[in-house]
Amino acid sequence: MSGVDMNGVDTGGRQRTIRVRTPEGAVFSHRLASPVLRMIALLADWMIVTAGWGIVSGALGMLAIVNADVARAVMIIGYFVASQGYGIYFEYRWRGHTIGKRMLRLRVIDERGLRLTLSQVVLRNLLRAIDSLPFGYVVGGVAALLNRRGQRLGDLAAGTLVIWEAPEPAPNPGLLQGGKYNTLRAHAPVVARLRQAVSPAEARVAWQALARRDRLDDAARVELFARLAAHFKSLTPIPESVTDGVADEQFIRNVVDVLFVERRVGEGRAPPPG
Amino acid sequence: MFLAPLALASFALLTLFALLTLFAPLTLFAPLAFAPLAFALLALLALRCAYGIGGRAMIVNLDRFIEAERPKWERFDAMLNRLATDPWRRLPLDEARELEHLYQRASADLARLATFSAEPEMRAYLENLVARGYAEIHGGRGQTGARWRPGEWFLRTLPRTFRKRVRAFWLALALVLTGAVFGGFALALDPEAKAVILPFSHLQGDPAERVAREESGGGSDRLDGERSTFAGSLMTHNIRVTLLAMALGMTWGAGTLVLMFYNGVILGAVAVDYMLAGQTAFLFGWLLPHGVVEIPAMLVGGQAGFVLAGALVGRGRGPGLAARLRAVAPDVVTLCAGAALLLMWAGVVESFISQYHAPVLPYWIKITFGAIEGAALLWFLGRCGRGKKEEGGKS
Repeated sequence: MSGVDMNGVDTGGRQRTIRVRTPEGAVFSHRLASPVLRMIALLADWMIVTAGWGIVSGALGMLAIVNADVARAVMIIGYFVASQGYGIYFEYRWRGHTIGKRMLRLRVIDERGLRLTLSQVVLRNLLRAIDSLPFGYVVGGVAALLNRRGQRLGDLAAGTLVIWEAPEPAPNPGLLQGGKYNTLRAHAPVVARLRQAVSPAEARVAWQALARRDRLDDAARVELFARLAAHFKSLTPIPESVTDGVADEQFIRNVVDVLFVERRVGEGRAPPPG
Repeated sequence: MFLAPLALASFALLTLFALLTLFAPLTLFAPLAFAPLAFALLALLALRCAYGIGGRAMIVNLDRFIEAERPKWERFDAMLNRLATDPWRRLPLDEARELEHLYQRASADLARLATFSAEPEMRAYLENLVARGYAEIHGGRGQTGARWRPGEWFLRTLPRTFRKRVRAFWLALALVLTGAVFGGFALALDPEAKAVILPFSHLQGDPAERVAREESGGGSDRLDGERSTFAGSLMTHNIRVTLLAMALGMTWGAGTLVLMFYNGVILGAVAVDYMLAGQTAFLFGWLLPHGVVEIPAMLVGGQAGFVLAGALVGRGRGPGLAARLRAVAPDVVTLCAGAALLLMWAGVVESFISQYHAPVLPYWIKITFGAIEGAALLWFLGRCGRGKKEEGGKS
């Protein structure tokens, strides 16, 4: 049975994530967007519509040469359609994104995790008429602050949520630089003891340090891997031959390699010559 | 180094005791009844120390897992991206099957990862894939799966939706009529109240003076060179007000109720003001051409608001609030879009026909035009799109 449950409720009673269990038994979660991020995206969209309309109306102004009355009517109707239709068009065509939302990694989704329907998109945008009252989205903002899932009235009526999507790059198995010789591999008991002693959380920290090493400045990177290496060396006695001449970062890579990767006999790596 | 042989020896002794208890008298080995248990524990302890088996959970062969599954994930990702580019795209059968297979596979991979201490970024990546796949496979593709067809929508969906939700329309109409009676009586009983009831400068003057001015040609001149602009302004303003009437349904209908009543008050006051001044023909000639469409359109906006309010207040009358709102959302949107279309027509008529008066455009022509429009609208909303498949009851 599929379903959505509450998860990640903060101290203020606001829900930070929603978790969906699919009929196939898989569970995935979405992180709800904060009202502040949503307001920034709204401002960005407003600026885009205003700037875009400025350009279009400049071009439409040429129509005034032929008939000024018709040109003014086109401008009035055009701006109305652009301002009302912008959100509807982009959220439907881009699966919950507008340009502003895409910039801030926000997305509108169905509250059950299902695909957005056209009527949901239209309704949540039409209800801006009440959310924007009396000015500056006061009604919508207050509703979003009071609602546990940050839904404004338009979201409540349409059954939608706005989520924040973290960038999800495809997993990179090359992280461990599998071609290099791992000095730990020659010491099966050390590997066994490490696997026994290292907790999943510690292993995850080591993996994350490797995954994010390029984002650190040099001094922080050296210090981080030195501390990690000292920690892992303290967990079990490690022969000097394993660590001699091996930089802290390479040692951590070796540790992660033996923790996460099991190699068949003869599959691996020849020791470096000499 | 000695732990692995110890584990093997423990298992060998365990097997021996099992055989002995099967083939020898039980009493002979009674004192050693707990020995197999002790050996089993010893064997597990040795294995745990030697290989970490039975210790804390740890995923192995992560790179092999990723390398094996990654092409399928990428293929799944590409299919989902293609679907995202066209909201109405329908997959051929073989592609749909492949999509489902890839979704099941990604779901299984995600479930498998959940049992291990997996790298969180990979888990997030897979969660994202499964979430998108779930939305595609289980999500309603516009409920019907069919591409939206404007003709079908206008000629069938819109009038059918109106009829399906006609009770909400009657409520809006009743409120407007009540307001009109109130406004009419208020103006008739207290003409001084006109400034309060009709706070619009162009309605403040004496109706007879206005009619004389319009019929002398002075009225229509003011719109020369401005008619299209006027039509555009009317359309956008009226659509905004109608959408507000719908949106105020989210106040449990209270805002919609007030708006409908207030519009009725204005309408009744204007009508009584002109009738008392003996300008009934002018009134009908002025209001009917656009009013027979504009007023029903406004009522349809109120109808949409009351449908929304009905879903909000319908506690204990079916499924939960979210399900009720989900059920009415398509109808609310359809009614709003229908009202907007009607108001576009009304804007054009008001600007280009209603503002011309006798002798330029005799009143009987304008009234006849309005009556024909009204009859057409009545037929459209009441009869158009009727068929065997007309769904559901009225609400």
